[in-house]
Amino acid sequence: MMLEDATLAVPVSAHDHIQGNARAVVTLVEYGDFQCPACGMAYPPVKRLQHRYAGNLRFVFRHFPLAQAHPNAHMAAELAEAAAVEGQFWAMHDWLYENQDAWVAAGTAGLEAGVRALGLDEQALAATMRNPDIDAHIRRDFMGGVRSGVNGTPGFYVNGYQFQGDFDALTRAISRVIARQQ
Amino acid sequence: MSILSPGTAAPEFALHSTPDQSVALKEFRGRNVILAFYPADWSPVCSDQLALYSELLNEFARLNAQLLAISVDGVWSHAALARERKYHFPLLSDFEPKGQVARAYGVYDEKVGIAQRALFVIDGDGVIRWSYLSPMGVNPGAAGIINALEALPANNVQKTIDAPATDARDAS
Repeated sequence: MMLEDATLAVPVSAHDHIQGNARAVVTLVEYGDFQCPACGMAYPPVKRLQHRYAGNLRFVFRHFPLAQAHPNAHMAAELAEAAAVEGQFWAMHDWLYENQDAWVAAGTAGLEAGVRALGLDEQALAATMRNPDIDAHIRRDFMGGVRSGVNGTPGFYVNGYQFQGDFDALTRAISRVIARQQ
Repeated sequence: MSILSPGTAAPEFALHSTPDQSVALKEFRGRNVILAFYPADWSPVCSDQLALYSELLNEFARLNAQLLAISVDGVWSHAALARERKYHFPLLSDFEPKGQVARAYGVYDEKVGIAQRALFVIDGDGVIRWSYLSPMGVNPGAAGIINALEALPANNVQKTIDAPATDARDAS
């Protein structure tokens, strides 16, 4: 179900983490939390959507860490942003979701495994994480999500409209948009 | 009775937040209050909703607002929920007479015996400025609350002061 009254308050821009064709017919935005189990469960189906729709789908990830509920979510978001400075945002995004059970169980030490897995310089990354711009980016994503009506994670938007439903419904919604444009 | 509309004086109440503490609406005169009625402690949607508001306490404070969440659950259930979920705002117990406050705000579900999922923004003079009734299973998020708080005259002052500076920059 696409909710006509809940729309993306912050348009997709060069400040975003974007995967896929810039001129894709469909832009799928996810507001996600790296420690959130539901976001972890959404990771494989999102990958399948990206694979299935290829050049017709552009995927954007924005941070929505619910830090009270998920104590390591904010640090995980900082780590992904610090990796982004090294051009490794998506590699870290994927690692965090693919290894969610393991790193969440190990806490902050679990996150260090991600740094090693990606072959990143631990000290450089730690220094980047202390940069206030990193937190500002995460907060900007979060507040933009709040204003867009995100009510939990993951929160999905299809071409700017909030989507609520399961992945079959999301797939149908995306197919319909693509069919209309062709 | 339907949900109270903007412009209505907010019905006064005093409810227990813990076994030995109570919170009265009139304590917050001069500040804005967000009243979040929710059906039940521990149910998944409510918890998500309160987890979201929990992240926004600084934002609410910036807009001179205090969040008060209300359900018909007892104080011990509230205490356990707040401890488990690390909520740092009052959970009020509309327990005896059951649902009296929810009823006064027009958001009590008589059949099920629980508060409906409803939001109110009350200004510093105790007047309802915004109200919203969400379908029971739908988490209403916080966009409506933030918009309503920002629209309050007292919170608009900041924007009015900022405006000339922006104009000056645009003109240069």
